Amino acid sequence: MIDTGTLWIVIIGLGIGSYALRFAFLGIVGDRPMPAWLLRHLRYTAVAMLPALVAPQVVWPAATDGQADLPRMTAALVTLVVGLLTKNVLAAIFSGAATLFGMLWLFAL
Amino acid sequence: MPATTPKTRTRASAYWKGFADGAPFLLVVIPFAMLFGVLATEAGLNVLETLSFSAVVFAGAAQFTALQLMQENAPTVIVLASALAVNLRVAMYSASLTPWIGAAPLWQRAIAAYFTVDQSYACSVVQFENEPQMTVPQRMAYFTGVLSPIVPMWYVSSILGALVGTQVPDSWALDFALPITFLALVAPMLRTAAHVIAALVAIITSLLTAAVPYSLGLMIAGTLGMMAGAQAEMLLERRKLRHD
Repeated sequence: MIDTGTLWIVIIGLGIGSYALRFAFLGIVGDRPMPAWLLRHLRYTAVAMLPALVAPQVVWPAATDGQADLPRMTAALVTLVVGLLTKNVLAAIFSGAATLFGMLWLFAL
Repeated sequence: MPATTPKTRTRASAYWKGFADGAPFLLVVIPFAMLFGVLATEAGLNVLETLSFSAVVFAGAAQFTALQLMQENAPTVIVLASALAVNLRVAMYSASLTPWIGAAPLWQRAIAAYFTVDQSYACSVVQFENEPQMTVPQRMAYFTGVLSPIVPMWYVSSILGALVGTQVPDSWALDFALPITFLALVAPMLRTAAHVIAALVAIITSLLTAAVPYSLGLMIAGTLGMMAGAQAEMLLERRKLRHD
């Protein structure tokens, strides 16, 4: 059982802390000019962080207790390739989802 | 949908574009928030405590981490530090959005900061890069649009999970909705060799550091990927200058 006092300390502390993380740049830097080297790094934030966030879930999915899973890996690959070729986000999502469900269905037969 | 055609946008059309781009994330957000509600109730939290947790903290992965550690009776300082470490990536998102919406009024940035999460960041950065001619108010309208379907359902689903305690069946494979959506968003962004290098370095590092606790491997991977991208960009520019 979680102690109520501790719970509220964690809720409030975590609320303040995670807000501070988000406010740091957006709020404090605002439209002040940032150095060129920093901007150069920030141009690659999305293409670095988002794939890094999902890569372990693709290779070791929690749903299969971390066992590499052919349908999920193939679906990820199809999504990426369709996205690269068509530059169309929705087409990539639907191809990936269709691949995932198609292969899960085939494997369940 | 050719991304390169310049479009004239109004604030309303930017908002609705955001709304349409954000809506598919409900597939991820609803089960995720419900699962939090279920686990929070199992840990002994009442509905008000569960909702407050989701509303005040507003960071799914950090909430799960904190809940887990509190159940293990970890010291409060460790609970806070670990959950914040898991959430460090939002500081990167905040930095990355600053060149785009840093010129908005402070009160708008203060609100946007609270709502800077995986989904709003990922959609916004893609949209802002695709249509760089958008004005700052249009960008804020788009950002608000992305969040409009997501945020209410995040709160509602947390409560539903706490009340009903049901879970989505595993056979729906919704665990994989997030990876597919993020890969689909990122793929069209891989325009130059530098972008591809950044992504490859980040992916490889993230797999190699997957065992590092508190998701800190992600920070290492993200940072190395960004550095690789920036270095590649400089090298490529220098080579181009030499050829010209």
